[in-house]
Amino acid sequence: MSERLSGGEMLIRALQDEGVEHVFGYPGGAVLHIYDAIFKQQRIEHILVRHEQAATHMADGYARSTGKPGVVLVTSGPGATNAVTGIATAYMDSTPIIVISGQVPSGVIGTDAFQETDMVGVSRPVVKHSYLVRTASEIPQIVKEAFYIACSGRPGPVVIDVPKDATDPSVLFDYDHPQSVSLRSYAPATRGHRGQIKKAVDAMLGAKQPVIYAGGGVIQGDAAAPLTRLARRLGFPVTNTLMGLGGFPGDDDQFLGMLGMHGTFESNMAMHHADLIFAVGARFDDRVTNNPGKFAPEAKIVHLDIDPASISKIINADIPIVGPAAEALAEIDRVAERRLEADPDRLDRDALAAWWKRIGDWRDAHGLDHDQRHRSGLNGTLLPQQVVQAVYRATDGQAFVTSDVGQHQMFAAQYYKFAEPRRWINSGGLGTMGFGLPAAMGVQFAHPGRAVACITGEGSFMMNMQELSTCMQYALPIKIINLNNQALGMVKQWQDMQYGGRHSHSTYRDALPDFKALTESFGHVAYRIDALAELDDVMADVFGPKHKDDLVFVDAHIDPEEHVYPMAVKGGAMDDMVLERIDGRDDIREDV
Amino acid sequence: MRRLLAILLENEAGALSRVIGLFAQRNYNIETLSVAPTEDPTLSRLTLSTEGDENRIEQITKHLNRLIEVVKVVDLTDGDHIERELMMIKVRATGEVRDEIKRASEIFRGQIIDVARDAYTIQLTGTSDKLDAFIRAMDEANILEVVRSGVSGVGRGEKILSL
Ligand SMILES: Cc1ncc(C[n+]2csc(CCOP(=O)(O)OP(=O)(O)O)c2C)c(N)n1
Ligand SMILES: [Mg+2]
Repeated sequence: MSERLSGGEMLIRALQDEGVEHVFGYPGGAVLHIYDAIFKQQRIEHILVRHEQAATHMADGYARSTGKPGVVLVTSGPGATNAVTGIATAYMDSTPIIVISGQVPSGVIGTDAFQETDMVGVSRPVVKHSYLVRTASEIPQIVKEAFYIACSGRPGPVVIDVPKDATDPSVLFDYDHPQSVSLRSYAPATRGHRGQIKKAVDAMLGAKQPVIYAGGGVIQGDAAAPLTRLARRLGFPVTNTLMGLGGFPGDDDQFLGMLGMHGTFESNMAMHHADLIFAVGARFDDRVTNNPGKFAPEAKIVHLDIDPASISKIINADIPIVGPAAEALAEIDRVAERRLEADPDRLDRDALAAWWKRIGDWRDAHGLDHDQRHRSGLNGTLLPQQVVQAVYRATDGQAFVTSDVGQHQMFAAQYYKFAEPRRWINSGGLGTMGFGLPAAMGVQFAHPGRAVACITGEGSFMMNMQELSTCMQYALPIKIINLNNQALGMVKQWQDMQYGGRHSHSTYRDALPDFKALTESFGHVAYRIDALAELDDVMADVFGPKHKDDLVFVDAHIDPEEHVYPMAVKGGAMDDMVLERIDGRDDIREDV
Repeated sequence: MRRLLAILLENEAGALSRVIGLFAQRNYNIETLSVAPTEDPTLSRLTLSTEGDENRIEQITKHLNRLIEVVKVVDLTDGDHIERELMMIKVRATGEVRDEIKRASEIFRGQIIDVARDAYTIQLTGTSDKLDAFIRAMDEANILEVVRSGVSGVGRGEKILSL
């Protein structure tokens, strides 16, 4: 039997029926009816944030770490526009979030009413889909569809814009939870094409210098296990994109590390010299390929992706496969298994051994563990790489790690070896500074009791640090590792390398707050370190039982001169990398 | 190369703006666009002409298909097809030019659909090239107003674009 509910109540009930446990939000006039409906129920916990952008990143972190959609509730006008950066962040990294925005009453839409913005219009280029509720009776169906669309196929954010009159508490409707969704115009692929898969396997078995290039689609598509199985069966080297880290065990011998602009020497060299690249859930981003015209000249490309629009967009695929990563990889593995059973010599094991030898040589010469890798800490200061490695040790490699954008993000990606998917959470596509802390909060809500670290930079941290207050309110024991180089380090690095060291507006040394005092003023625990000697002890405390229930902020003062290497040479091929700082010589400016 | 895309779209508020928005957002160009509901009032049919090489058209088609409200997309220029555009052109028609215009209009199988003391309005249907040719045939100085519908297209034979 159906219940009689108002529009606002139906909205909340529909969220409950979708299994939602947390809503990240911030109230305002247009959503007051909805907030009243929240007040009258217990099943959903609403988390009051301090800024709507942060709410979207929390929902995003929640979604990335669980695979379940994150939900956001904001008011109309400024509440809605504040959420746009977070929606765009989720869109670029294909994460499922649902953003419910209040809207002015339908009767005044279009009149420039107080706090009116065309949210459907403003968010259009950065959503997978969006709805403007026209009548309250549509709400249950719209919510059902929104969740289905956000989570299926290539996931993405969905906006539901709800005019205030559609949530009117005095107008009641029969509420029924819709059991199913049927959208005649939306049918994401459910399996990879069998013929294409066979072709792909044949190509792979014949490869002499193969690389598996795996991206965020492996994480989103819950395909880490079949990917790992296949890679082990074939003995192929695997590299991950920034978004794909954890999709293959980071400490595995077959793992080459991250590829791309700041990828490892061996992964970029292997890509450049490969005769076959198997791209899975990756999109040949320009931060990976460098100059597409010079990309992997010898390689045959096998490309598996759920989104046909990602295939042959930048680099033409010789063997495209459209399908969900987990299903298609499992089938590829089955076919490979059968072929190898029938004829174990289908793989050219001698060629593979020679290929691994070359890779090993690259790794020995310029890999991340190479002693000469970070040489600029000569003046005795702490190096960012050392801090990340200490976090790795103190957490046994088992933490969830979120990050922001800049040098610290690249150091975290390079030096924290992610053993499992959904552990590394960062804004790869949009590169949103301010993502790290709120994302970590979302992760902590989803995983109470688990170690959650946010490796950030002081610039990024200051973009959403108001959330320290939210962390206090909800007692979130996040560990914030602030790689403090007193600068917009990544910008400064580019200025060092491409603008003759002219640091135009990338430093603010004398204007920074005392981060320890700042965090303490929010009621949290804080440390400041600047010497290597204290590093491991502090990290042991931070991640140990002593601070199990505390938010701890570690203000790590690192060598401000350190650069991230390797760094791709602008306009070059993937094997064109600057490997270390040689003063005066890494000015690699390319005039156009 | 010029391409003609036929798109079946949910006839819903906001659906058209997503198609248009996609072209703007991805830096694709729309040359002409015509749209109206089909015999099934829940569907709209759009014909869109654009420029691009094969790769670009493939990308456009894929991105269009990604839009939830797009039901089907076909590149009509891939096969045999018929395309038509409607034009209403108002020209200054005085003195001896009046007859000249009338003759030209007959040659192009146009119809004069409105007559004023100093002007004719001519209706013309055909391919875009034909309409271009008619415009060229008019003395530029006499052209007062040109209204074109944008191209509509349909595949030849028994091929149909439907659900
Ligand atoms: C919202 C936003 N604005 C600007 C940028 C451009 N940007 C990329 S990295 C960076 C510097 C980040 O500084 P910090 O957080 O201190 O990190 P660091 O590079 O110093 O480790 C800037 C400004 C961005 N990514 N996001
Ligand atoms: Mg910094």
